[in-house]
Amino acid sequence: MSGPLLDIRGLTIGIPNRNGPPLQIVRDLSFDIMPGEIFGLVGESGSGKSASALALMGLNRRPLTTLKGQALYGGQDLLAMSRRSMRKLRGDRISMIFQEPMTALNPLARIGSQIAEMFVLHRGLSWSDARPKAVEALAAVQVPDPEGRARAYPHQLSGGLRQRVMIAVAMACRPDLLIADEPTTALDVTVQAEVLRLIRELCEREGTAVLLISHDLGVIAQMCQRVGVMANGRLLELRDAKALFTDPRHPYTQGLLAALPRLGSRAVEGRHRLADLDTAIDRNAPGFAETYLRPRGEAA
Amino acid sequence: MGRYILRRLLQMIPTLLAVAALIFLIFSVLPGSFAGTMTGGGRRALSPELVAQINAQFGLDKPLPVRFWDYLVRLVQFDLGTSFRTREPVMDLIAARIWPSLQLALSAMALAVTVGIPLGFLAAMRPGSLLDSITMIGAVSGLSMPQFWLGLLLMYVFALQLGWLPSFGYGEGRLRNLILPAIALGFAPLALLARTTRAGVLEVMASDHIRTAMAKGASPSQMVRWHVLRNVMVLIVTTMGLQIGSLLGQALVIEKLFSWPGLGSLMVDSVAIRDIPVVQGTILVIVLWFLVINVLVDVIYAAIDPRISLR
Repeated sequence: MSGPLLDIRGLTIGIPNRNGPPLQIVRDLSFDIMPGEIFGLVGESGSGKSASALALMGLNRRPLTTLKGQALYGGQDLLAMSRRSMRKLRGDRISMIFQEPMTALNPLARIGSQIAEMFVLHRGLSWSDARPKAVEALAAVQVPDPEGRARAYPHQLSGGLRQRVMIAVAMACRPDLLIADEPTTALDVTVQAEVLRLIRELCEREGTAVLLISHDLGVIAQMCQRVGVMANGRLLELRDAKALFTDPRHPYTQGLLAALPRLGSRAVEGRHRLADLDTAIDRNAPGFAETYLRPRGEAA
Repeated sequence: MGRYILRRLLQMIPTLLAVAALIFLIFSVLPGSFAGTMTGGGRRALSPELVAQINAQFGLDKPLPVRFWDYLVRLVQFDLGTSFRTREPVMDLIAARIWPSLQLALSAMALAVTVGIPLGFLAAMRPGSLLDSITMIGAVSGLSMPQFWLGLLLMYVFALQLGWLPSFGYGEGRLRNLILPAIALGFAPLALLARTTRAGVLEVMASDHIRTAMAKGASPSQMVRWHVLRNVMVLIVTTMGLQIGSLLGQALVIEKLFSWPGLGSLMVDSVAIRDIPVVQGTILVIVLWFLVINVLVDVIYAAIDPRISLR
């Protein structure tokens, strides 16, 4: 097998502090993504998953800053690239979809032109040549009546359809890596499954690797080959998905799995309180303070 | 859309009626009368016979409801009545004043739009920069400075000291005469537009779809052209509409200051001598202008934002 598509080493993100050490949101994060692989990053909200993904795209907003680390893609460090060359990669080789399909699209622009924009930006097509390509891209994400929907505005589409449009945008240039930041969190469960299947099928067909970020262990288990577990800005465990779910090693991962609600568990165990993270994880366990920068709730 | 506009135009009628009634009512309770101003500004004791004669001559002896009814009957025939003072039809008086008024208001607005919007944009592109600070300090000063004071200042510097521009008068519509009053009138809307534009651009730039545009690999200029301009326009059009609408009425101070023959100065002069038909006519025109601009703004909204439909 050839080398990794993306090799992230020691990524540290934080807020610079004039009067002392910076406040670190993500600490020394290292993992790699193989070509065509679906890599999952799982963790509670606030664990630094999204900040890490946005850092790879160079899209974190101030005051959040990438303090240290490398992200090697084809021998180039994404984190040290000029803005101009990063813009060329963004959307073309590495693309991203976001959690909120309701607000991620420009409300005043037609769906078709928001997709066509990708071909204008990265393939040098004229707008009139890009429009039919946009309709094709809509058809590829299984949007019914792609011609008509291309002329529609985002508010005329449901959340699931909008997320499909976002996928069409992200996959328009057949990228090497798709970063999906909680792509189904805002969607209904039934729509969720369809969207996930769509992402998997499309990426398999195009050979696109996926960095799938979710707090939903079910989603991760269903989609990923390898999984990294993050908490409070640190990567605690990085395993094959199967191994992680059958034999979690880190106490945090064990707690995370224990906190997962199971169908029928109440019937079997009687009126059992659903284990939440704070009861499932022993935060006073030896060695825990090193992995946890600070208790939950005190962050930032 | 045609039906929508028609309906909105019909909706103006009750508003205009209410305004007309209000003016009638106000002038009936205000101290002072036309007869009083005609016969020496109330300084001398009036002979009751003279007052009665003047009142009868102008129909002021009839009770208020009757006068109001007569007025309405003439109004629906587009007759605004006859000026007490000049005996000319109010329509003619207004027609002579409306073009200078519009000229001044639109020039002031053109100045505000061409300078204020780009300034606001530039300031928002570099928040916290020197340009941003200067623009916003200028905008706050512009909003808080009294119009007449700015007008006096301009007059003093450019007319009296430098002698570049005339200090007053219409000058048969020469551009030289328009410049100073237009600047004096346009400065506040300019400042407001700069602030609104800056706030609007910053708001749009912080929204999710701009992050999407960045993730797509759009350059800052492409992003502004494709994803910011149009989105900011909704906010800018609101502010512009309100300003254009109220500028005609606001202009009266500047018109008096620069002896500009507009509606505002006509109205002030007529109020002073209680020339009620003229006051009423000018106010109705100013209100009508405001209403028409409002309909226009709503139509433009719908053209900009597909989520707004005209129904």
